[in-house]
Amino acid sequence: MDVNKKIKILVVDDFATMRKVIRNLLKQSGYENITEAEDGVVAMNMLKSTKIDFVISDWNMPNMTGIELLKAVRSDNELGSMPFLMVTAESLKDNVVEAVKAGVSNYIVKPFTAEVLGEKIDKILENIK
Amino acid sequence: MNVKYINPFLEGTIEVLKTMAFVDPRPGKPYLKKNNLAKGDVSGIIGITGTIKGSLALSFSTGSILKIVSNMLGEEITSLNGEIRDAVGEITNMVSGAARKKIEVMGYSLSASLPTVVSGEDHSIMHVLGGPSIVIPFDMDEGPFVVDISMGDPQ
Repeated sequence: MDVNKKIKILVVDDFATMRKVIRNLLKQSGYENITEAEDGVVAMNMLKSTKIDFVISDWNMPNMTGIELLKAVRSDNELGSMPFLMVTAESLKDNVVEAVKAGVSNYIVKPFTAEVLGEKIDKILENIK
Repeated sequence: MNVKYINPFLEGTIEVLKTMAFVDPRPGKPYLKKNNLAKGDVSGIIGITGTIKGSLALSFSTGSILKIVSNMLGEEITSLNGEIRDAVGEITNMVSGAARKKIEVMGYSLSASLPTVVSGEDHSIMHVLGGPSIVIPFDMDEGPFVVDISMGDPQ
């Protein structure tokens, strides 16, 4: 099924280099409309003030972590159904369970290829069609 | 240190660098290191806690890390700048995650601290448990790097 590659994706990670790496991988997967935030607080402000279609967020961040951002998004009246892909360096079962309970759309463990990232995004977008 | 922990770090390092930086580093023979001098020009170190305590360091020569980060970012990086330091922290974090996943299969539960990055000539690597540590040397066409690990006994 064709997915819309023009969607605006917000990449949230406290490491500037990792944001750049994800941006690079997204471009390889055909996604070019990308914006960035360095933590959950900045991301939440952007989500409220800009039209964003998809969030890719790291788990471990200062100020507001990825899971806190996910919970804030899900409890917001306007942002509640936002597609949300969580990125983490570990696949701890407890983390996965917590993220699923909080309503994460999918979960990706670092390291990952552009192909795997693209497939995860495409699958989430197909499921919400 | 139990040698059964060597392979998870060796395989985790190759997995991370192959996947994120499209390089295929060649591992050499592991050896015991008795001092705390780093082998490379820039190093990332991360503490590991849980059933087994210890720490992991990755120490890169300038040539190897410039190639790795240039590939990761999709642009050529020519000096050891802030982006390199940032990337070394992230690579250390990812290798720790990949290795811990493999060690957890042995029945242990592990977590990690945030990585710190050190650079400069003759910088040192201070392992959580002190020395000695086991070094796994790797070679790339652009230069060498090492994985330096120190892991205690299960608690």
